[in-house]
Amino acid sequence: MLSTRLRIDLIAGVLILTGVGLMLYKVFSMGFPLLPGESREVWTVESKISFRPLREHGPVEVELKLPKPVAGWQVLDEHFASSGFGFSVTERSGDRWAVWTRQQLEEAATLYFKAQVFRPDPRELADQSLRPADKPMLEKDQQAAMDRLIAKLHEQSTGPRTFAALLIQALNQENKDPDAEFLLGTWEDEIDSVLLAVLARAEIPARALRGIRLQDGRRRQTLSWLLEIHNGKDSLVFDPETGQRGLPDNFFVWERGGGDILNVIGAQDSRLEFALVSNSLPAKTVAVMDERVHKFALLDFSIYSLPVEQQGVFKGLLLIPVAALVVVIMRLLVGLKTSGTFMPILIALAFMQTTLLVGLAMFIVLVSIGLWIRSWLSHMNLLLVSRISAVVIVVIFLMAALAIASYKLGFDQVLSVTFFPTIILSWTIERMSVLWEEEGPHEVLVQGGGSLLVAVLAYLAMSNNLVAHLTFNFPELMLSLLGVILLLGKYTGYRLSELYRFRALGGQS
Amino acid sequence: MKLLASPATLRRSGILGMNERNIGLIGKFNPRCNFPLVDDKVKTKLAAQELGIHVPELYGVVEYQFEVKDVIRRLEPLESFVIKPSQGSGGKGILVITGREGENYVKSSGAVVDESHIRRHLSNVLAGLHSLGGRNDKAMVEALIDFDPYLANYSYEGVPDVRVIVLKGVPVMAMMRCATHASDGKANLHQGAVGVGLDIASGRAVSAVQHGSLCLRHPDTGATFEALEIPHWEQVLALAASCVEMTGMDYIGADVVLDRQFGATLLELNARPGLSIQVANQSGLRHRLAIANDIAESTDDPEEKIALAREAFAVRS
Repeated sequence: MLSTRLRIDLIAGVLILTGVGLMLYKVFSMGFPLLPGESREVWTVESKISFRPLREHGPVEVELKLPKPVAGWQVLDEHFASSGFGFSVTERSGDRWAVWTRQQLEEAATLYFKAQVFRPDPRELADQSLRPADKPMLEKDQQAAMDRLIAKLHEQSTGPRTFAALLIQALNQENKDPDAEFLLGTWEDEIDSVLLAVLARAEIPARALRGIRLQDGRRRQTLSWLLEIHNGKDSLVFDPETGQRGLPDNFFVWERGGGDILNVIGAQDSRLEFALVSNSLPAKTVAVMDERVHKFALLDFSIYSLPVEQQGVFKGLLLIPVAALVVVIMRLLVGLKTSGTFMPILIALAFMQTTLLVGLAMFIVLVSIGLWIRSWLSHMNLLLVSRISAVVIVVIFLMAALAIASYKLGFDQVLSVTFFPTIILSWTIERMSVLWEEEGPHEVLVQGGGSLLVAVLAYLAMSNNLVAHLTFNFPELMLSLLGVILLLGKYTGYRLSELYRFRALGGQS
Repeated sequence: MKLLASPATLRRSGILGMNERNIGLIGKFNPRCNFPLVDDKVKTKLAAQELGIHVPELYGVVEYQFEVKDVIRRLEPLESFVIKPSQGSGGKGILVITGREGENYVKSSGAVVDESHIRRHLSNVLAGLHSLGGRNDKAMVEALIDFDPYLANYSYEGVPDVRVIVLKGVPVMAMMRCATHASDGKANLHQGAVGVGLDIASGRAVSAVQHGSLCLRHPDTGATFEALEIPHWEQVLALAASCVEMTGMDYIGADVVLDRQFGATLLELNARPGLSIQVANQSGLRHRLAIANDIAESTDDPEEKIALAREAFAVRS
């Protein structure tokens, strides 16, 4: 029988070595970069096609046009999930189509297409000559209205560029031009169809540029579009809602040619939605992923093999052990007092969402006002549970007030106040308030300051690029962290604070 | 004085650190299953009474909110009493009423509070505000100690108690904690009470410390600690030592007060005694604990253990 001490040393040693060993294996024989190096924003775009069977079950065919990247975008890696469906990728007139087929569909189904895209060198769209589209079929009065609109815009504009910009404005502004209003009301209520129809009738070459607006963590993003026109020399891109010119940086162009992206035959209520996650990764890691997946079974078990939504969750979860290590070190080795053991981690997680300075300011404001209101509540002789509940409500109210007030003042960041854990905040206020009554403001400052300091350190550790890179690419390092924490749990030496506390005792004897 | 002591010097003087206390002493000597007996002051009191150890008289225990009104009525005729959470930690939530002023109550600090204050305090205690882990708790109402007048000079607005650290029935280190104005009548060192290290052999003061620095006189009463010698010292040691047997814990801190009438009286036990006793004694615990362990191995007789300890830990001859 081994002594506990030795046993823990052994277990911790094995854990630490396993973690570091696995990491080194991945670094040296799989080519994972140890340091983040030059990182690129790599977006994982997960397209989700969902549909329901028709009343009479029959054969189903689903076709998805695969993205044909332009303007410097590149697709690194494509994955298809098609349970129960036959699947193939075919090429038709220069476009690649993913085709899913099934003899009979009985219940609602979902198909997935996951791609990793990034933009190594952002470029403008390559020029492509365009022919004006066919003129739209219109009723007489609609035709007259459209012509009046075109004439008016022609009068105000100097060329296709200003014409398009004015048209977008005319269709989007609050009190629309009566002719534009009429077209939207009687012919097509979608702005995009009207927009394209007017341009077609004005004989300006134009088409829709379809793609996705990339927003980190978005789950149910839908396809959006930009307007592309050709003024005889160049291709120009407009945002059809704001009229802004140029290709936005966060717009991934799915396809440029026009036409349908999704065809579903034999099913109904089909929907195409996208989930998006951005990873700041060394591009070469991802670039080599695809070929290596087949070579090393281990990679199949990496976080990258998970669906995008879960990847996003794990990105955050994998940072928590680091924060836990910070708390362990600060409490066992340094001896800081914190109010509540893991409260600092929750606060640090909130800081991750709010950014540090804004988070700190909001935390201090919330707790101070909370303490002030709590001191008032303490005169009312309430039972503890209802008093805390009252504080919870007050805290939520304060958060709402803070968010509204600062939004009106133009500080958007403060909206992230909702990421603070309300219940924890209320307990903190309650504890601090009792501490204040019992031990005076000094102790409140010591413990509150201690908690905040630990939270800030945990935040700094978690938001560090290298830490994020290591934890996400080498989750096995968690084993090493576990080992270190086990060892620290057996540390019997002095804490830093004790060196201060017992400083008078060192001299004698 | 340097800002920080070096770990090596601290180790040489045998100072015990918090981590070592938690792993090496509490984790090793105090079985988890015995904690409730020590953490719950009502249970401690009953167990002590069974062994014939004198404890402050228990007026009543309040367990449910609806009883609070009733208790207030029962407190009406009492001149003085103490309300404590049964599972409080670090002296939190102790309300000491030393007298009456008409309808109102006088706290030990001299502040006058009314009935609603007492009611609120009771509700807070029941809701677990002052208790370990914030669990629901019981409030106990007990008699105020009528402490030995000899000690009156050494305490301001509070009861001076003697903390004795005991390992396996061997008293290891002791200190008296004297409430001061700064500590609001509480005998808590980090709130500003004076800790007076006591010689295990004689019960005489070794050194006195307030806020971590040495002091010679009580800051409020002016009494010199030099002359302090705890009366009934044998009784105090014997009582503290017997607690090990009572609780099944090998490493505990016993808080003893000296009652004018009954002598040594057990106030409460602590399964996680703090480390500031080392500061009060200006001496470390580790060497003494090792010696105490040897003493405990060498004999089973409680009286002999105490005698050996008094010999081993004597500071002045």
